[in-house]
Amino acid sequence: MAQQPAIEPMHQFLIEKIWQGPVFQLGGLNVDMSITNSVASMLAGALMLMAFFALTARGEIVPNRGQALAESLYNIVDRVLVTPIIGHGGRPYVPYLFTLFCVILVLNLMSVVLSVGHLAGQDWTFAVTSQLAVTATLAVLTFFSILALGFIKHGPKFLGLFWVPGMGIAGGAAMVVIEMISYFVRPVTLAMRLFGNILGGHVVMSLFGSFVIALAIVGLSGGLASLAFIPSVLSFSMIVALSGLELVVAVLQAFVFTALATVYLNEVVNFGHGH
Amino acid sequence: MDPAAAKLIGAGLATSGMIGAGVGLGTLFGNYLQAAIRNPSAAASQQTMLFLGMALTETMGLFSFVVSLIILFGSGA
Repeated sequence: MAQQPAIEPMHQFLIEKIWQGPVFQLGGLNVDMSITNSVASMLAGALMLMAFFALTARGEIVPNRGQALAESLYNIVDRVLVTPIIGHGGRPYVPYLFTLFCVILVLNLMSVVLSVGHLAGQDWTFAVTSQLAVTATLAVLTFFSILALGFIKHGPKFLGLFWVPGMGIAGGAAMVVIEMISYFVRPVTLAMRLFGNILGGHVVMSLFGSFVIALAIVGLSGGLASLAFIPSVLSFSMIVALSGLELVVAVLQAFVFTALATVYLNEVVNFGHGH
Repeated sequence: MDPAAAKLIGAGLATSGMIGAGVGLGTLFGNYLQAAIRNPSAAASQQTMLFLGMALTETMGLFSFVVSLIILFGSGA
């Protein structure tokens, strides 16, 4: 019987250096400027995003296909999220939320659509948003800019966000603790949600991919073992179905991340208008 | 018991937290469908809230997923 390939669903998330860059010291920290597969994927995503908007930003009255796609992406953030949730006061923050949406969307979609696989001694598929470091950076950046904006706009009065009225002094003080915990767990959940969804999806796809190969090798040995081709084909159809599901998840998670950022921003912009 | 086996069993048990997320998602989408069939004209306006609720419910399941990953791949013990 042929050698069984190892089933390693987590191998695809390993970060490898593609190009060794200079390493220098910055405030006692080693800063490594190497290009890893993660960095390469992010650069590719950024280039595709910039190329897409450079080519489609026309502003014609009758849009062509590219402009229509770009406009409908913008409408998801502007007309579906910001205007109904925040209202007119949310207009200045649309650019940030739209950038967030586009970055997460393009990185998610890249990891599903551009599945080139193993080529020339190098894994070319890399799910950037399956790295907790990346999603945590996005979440922390979003959360703390919103928090800072709250204190800039409202000053110390913004602490009233944690005060639940009508509970008395003791009850209110207890609620402040609970409210603070539920407030500061937000960046954690924001990061974990994106990370867990993309990681989980890719692990499942990779597992079914290994089943296809492993069962087909068993089937090749002939005789009764040829029956193993049936689950092999079934696993392959599972990959097709899961790829469809992953496409939905990729778009949905970008939407959900932006939607929650909009909801958090709403508390700051409409602070004190009854909540 | 072999510690490696206990680790694997523990990681499997940790994912049982997803039961709650499954029940929650079922309740969420079931109730949304029920409401949407009763009043189809209001359904589209509540889709954003549906996805927000889905995200928050799903997070609870993902916490258990992350715990099981920590058990499997975390350093120490």
